[in-house]
Amino acid sequence: MTVNVLLLLVIAVTFGAGITLLLERSLTRIVVGTLLVGNAVNLVFLVASGAAGRAPIVDPDDPSPMSDPLPQALVLTAIVITLGVAGFLLAMAYRSQQLQGDDEVQDDIEDTLIMALAERDEASQSWEDDTGGEPDEEGADR
Amino acid sequence: MLLLAHGVAAAAAPALVRALGRRVFLLLAVVPAVSFGWFVAQAPTVTGAHARTLTETVRWVPQIRLELALRLDTASWVLALLVTGVGALVLLYCGWYFAPRDPALWRFSGSFVAFAGSMLGLVLARDLLLLYVFWELTTVFSYILIGHNPERQANRRAAMTALLVTTLGGLAMLVGFVLLGDRAGSFRVDAVMAHSPAGTVTTVAIGLVLLGALTKSAQVPFHFWLPGAMAAPTPVSAYLHAAAMVKAGVFLVMILAPAFAADPLWRPVLLVVGAATMLLGGVRALVQDDIKLLLAYGTVSQLGFLIAVAGLGTRAGALAAVAMVVAHALFKAALFMVVGIIDHSAHTRDLRRLSGLPRRMPVTFAVAVLSAASMAGIPPLLGFVAKESVYQAFLDAAHDGTPGMPSLATTLVLAALVVGSVLTVAYTARFLWGAFSTKPDLDEPTPVDRVPFGFATPPVVLTAATVVLAFCAGPMTKVFAGYDHLFPAGGHAAYLALWHGLGTPLVLSVVAVLGGVALFVVLWRRDTLRAPRWVPTAERVYEATLRGTDRLAVELTGRTQRGSLPFYLASILVVVLLIPGTMLALNRTWGGHYTWFDSAAQVPVGLVMAAAAVLTVRSRRRLTAVLLSGVSGYCTAMLFVLHGAPDLALTQVLVETVTLVLFVLVLRRMAPYFSERPLSRGRWLRRGIGVLAGIFAAGFAAAATGARTGRPVSDLFPQAAVEYGGGRNIVNVTLVDIRAWDTMGEISVLVVAATGVASLIFLITGRGGEQNPAEPLQHHEPVSAWLRAGRTQRREDRSIVFEIVTRLTFHTIVVFSVWLLFAGHNGPGGGFAGGLMCGLALGVRYLAGGRRELDEAAPVDAGRVLGLGLAIATIAALAPLAFGGQVLQSAIVDLHPPLIGDLHVVTSLFFDIGVYLVVVGLMLDIFRSLGGGIDADAEGESPDLPGSYADLDLDPDDVASVTQALR
Repeated sequence: MTVNVLLLLVIAVTFGAGITLLLERSLTRIVVGTLLVGNAVNLVFLVASGAAGRAPIVDPDDPSPMSDPLPQALVLTAIVITLGVAGFLLAMAYRSQQLQGDDEVQDDIEDTLIMALAERDEASQSWEDDTGGEPDEEGADR
Repeated sequence: MLLLAHGVAAAAAPALVRALGRRVFLLLAVVPAVSFGWFVAQAPTVTGAHARTLTETVRWVPQIRLELALRLDTASWVLALLVTGVGALVLLYCGWYFAPRDPALWRFSGSFVAFAGSMLGLVLARDLLLLYVFWELTTVFSYILIGHNPERQANRRAAMTALLVTTLGGLAMLVGFVLLGDRAGSFRVDAVMAHSPAGTVTTVAIGLVLLGALTKSAQVPFHFWLPGAMAAPTPVSAYLHAAAMVKAGVFLVMILAPAFAADPLWRPVLLVVGAATMLLGGVRALVQDDIKLLLAYGTVSQLGFLIAVAGLGTRAGALAAVAMVVAHALFKAALFMVVGIIDHSAHTRDLRRLSGLPRRMPVTFAVAVLSAASMAGIPPLLGFVAKESVYQAFLDAAHDGTPGMPSLATTLVLAALVVGSVLTVAYTARFLWGAFSTKPDLDEPTPVDRVPFGFATPPVVLTAATVVLAFCAGPMTKVFAGYDHLFPAGGHAAYLALWHGLGTPLVLSVVAVLGGVALFVVLWRRDTLRAPRWVPTAERVYEATLRGTDRLAVELTGRTQRGSLPFYLASILVVVLLIPGTMLALNRTWGGHYTWFDSAAQVPVGLVMAAAAVLTVRSRRRLTAVLLSGVSGYCTAMLFVLHGAPDLALTQVLVETVTLVLFVLVLRRMAPYFSERPLSRGRWLRRGIGVLAGIFAAGFAAAATGARTGRPVSDLFPQAAVEYGGGRNIVNVTLVDIRAWDTMGEISVLVVAATGVASLIFLITGRGGEQNPAEPLQHHEPVSAWLRAGRTQRREDRSIVFEIVTRLTFHTIVVFSVWLLFAGHNGPGGGFAGGLMCGLALGVRYLAGGRRELDEAAPVDAGRVLGLGLAIATIAALAPLAFGGQVLQSAIVDLHPPLIGDLHVVTSLFFDIGVYLVVVGLMLDIFRSLGGGIDADAEGESPDLPGSYADLDLDPDDVASVTQALR
């Protein structure tokens, strides 16, 4: 199969830029990063589908080679899905703005609590230390 | 059948409890009692020297050879009799034990019967894996029963300990079973036995299986869960310690002994562990003040005895083991019931506070004395018969010699067992003395309630069996022959007898009894019965292990689960770069033909796209970043065109436009600049990962292209598209026909995404536009108004020219979108592109006239459009089934209606219509939410839109201060 070097370079730059944005905390940047990564991945399909050709529409009069239709079908669904994902992420960014005043993804509070436990060398909150007491079928702990 | 009855009874029990109260136990006892009768009737077949094995198989999942295979031979017959007989008696006993209005009775009754049923299944299982299933079922039900009163922390711990310890052993046993079954080629017990494979793998497997048996039977060092198990109600203890659960381990040893006793691991492990357990349990029983706990440690001791005998693996040992199992079940169940009666009548189990009971409860006293004497091995009771035969069996084994154990070692084990018996006699004496004697330091006898007749009946029955069976030693020898004849004959013929004659066993018995009495007297005289508390090392190790695991989990979670999204993403990406990246660098499929570009036009487009990507990263304004990403998207579309993919280009342009509009709609409510964060180190790290990821992606694309050496599957698509799909646009036919399943999944995802967007903005319902309660539009507005925005929009927000142009072009665009839908089969277009186009038309209406205008243009609920689209697509997919076709198959219909001319219809068109509607619904939802919803929020028209932490019941100050404090 023919490999298009120019497209490879475009893929490298776009994908790298998208990943860099994905690693940010701002949800807007993350959405933009998702879009860039999406574009780059669609181009990967394009490169892997081989050489360019005429549109994959059957025409008995035109014998010139067509481009490969299967990757195109896959990419077409991917484009529309990207729209759905972008819409969803934007709605999340908006909610975040509503609730916290910015669209930054904060660290999870529960995880922070566990980290604090680990720093203090303590057991988890569900741990019951043996406080004595005899097992018996009746009565409750005092 | 009997198992089924237990299951039904267990399931019905909770309901019956409501109707009958505690009398339900009398009814439930019928189930095991009937089973007991059936097993008795099978005696002639499955017992004796010429015993046959009854089998029964119910096919379950034949594909994986999983079946309910059951068997009944002498050993399982004996155990089944104990399980059902003692089970029935214990259930009867429960009828008097519990308070009439015990609120937890419904749970107890069900789980107890289920526990009994699991135990029965365990002893009847023919398949090792089935045995394992029942094994774990008994573990689970015992957990529920031990935790009967979860209000005490000690009870919860005891239940959890029993669960963890026995499950640990169970899992080891499962691995052992799998190894054994794999070696033997079958999981049938009989097949494994017949095969009796040998070798290192078998030894490992046996070791694992024995681990399971030892944990279940509470052997050292796993003995500590059993005394804790007395947190359960006393009837459970009576059953669990005597006939069920702990006997499972002994049973397993018994059925495996004929085949595997010669294994080098077998005898050393079982004999030594058994003897050690007997000694440890005996010593600890001697220092208890609670008579129930005393019996519990006594059980540990007796179990050690049983394991040692069952593990001996000779014919005499086998006979003695069966006899001892029966004797132990009878006396231990009776003794626990006695404890329960004392507890209920005298309201204490502390032997320092019990005094003068025999006179007030003579029947109970008689039962206790007889059963305790049987435990101590005093003639003429079953315990004596069994114990004598155990001594004889060990003497024979020491004389004959057995594989794996030198004679001297066997003799030493025998000596340990005799010492254990001394301890047994001593703690038996302590039990009787403690429970029934008249203590001089207590002024008056313990006040006692009357013992109901029914309450005392079950232990009386058990004790009667202890006495009667002792005189049936001869017949018992014959009956148990079905089991012991699985072993080769020993030097002496083994038999059970009340009177073995004057010989070494009798001497040993006398030594044990005299020694025990002497020990008790010495300890009592010197008043050292409250011996120093032993250091319970096994418990400490268990405790430390659990706490260590918990701490490890906290540390590990603290280290790895940082709760930071960038951290997680970076971890994933680094792993991707390290492992698949290395593989990619090492692979050899770089071949293929390289070319700089396909057409010259690609060069400027590609350069612009790359520049846009770089600038996006560097931009500080939100809008700039978004616009640059739009440039990247349009460039992608142009690259699609240049590659020969008009459908993709069309879709990409439409999607990119919609995305830009959405961004603008959302960004108008956000700060124009990204917040500044002083993260220079992090920034370079991010960029480093980004660069490497970009190189990885390009390398992946090159390798993937180079690896394609076969003929593409799509070579066949053009022909298939025309012949079966009835269309010339191969991409569209692929979407709606050849690979329609993918599309089906995709539109489902779109529905989910649309619902997600709507629910994030309209937290409650109300995405239906007019259905929104805040829309009394029709009431004060003539329907015929052409430019509706005149009444609903602020003047400065309006653009009359834009509004009029929009109204004029709207219908044209919608018609064009429908044309795209229909034309898509043969030319560029299709459901996706058509739907996007129609959605854009709606979006323009919204931009021009506001959300009222959007509701006017599409007076429908977006959810209904989505649902309708999905339904049409599904019906179109399933319809071929009605005509004998396959799902998603399409047919070509040529109609010739008058006036219109020839009409060429492919049924997959309906599927495409579904796609179209789903996309329109998605767009409508997005514009309603991100457009109209945000407008309404800004205008303050929806006061119920949650906008702060108050709705989450969190005080923002608290959250902030907690977060601050944690840092």
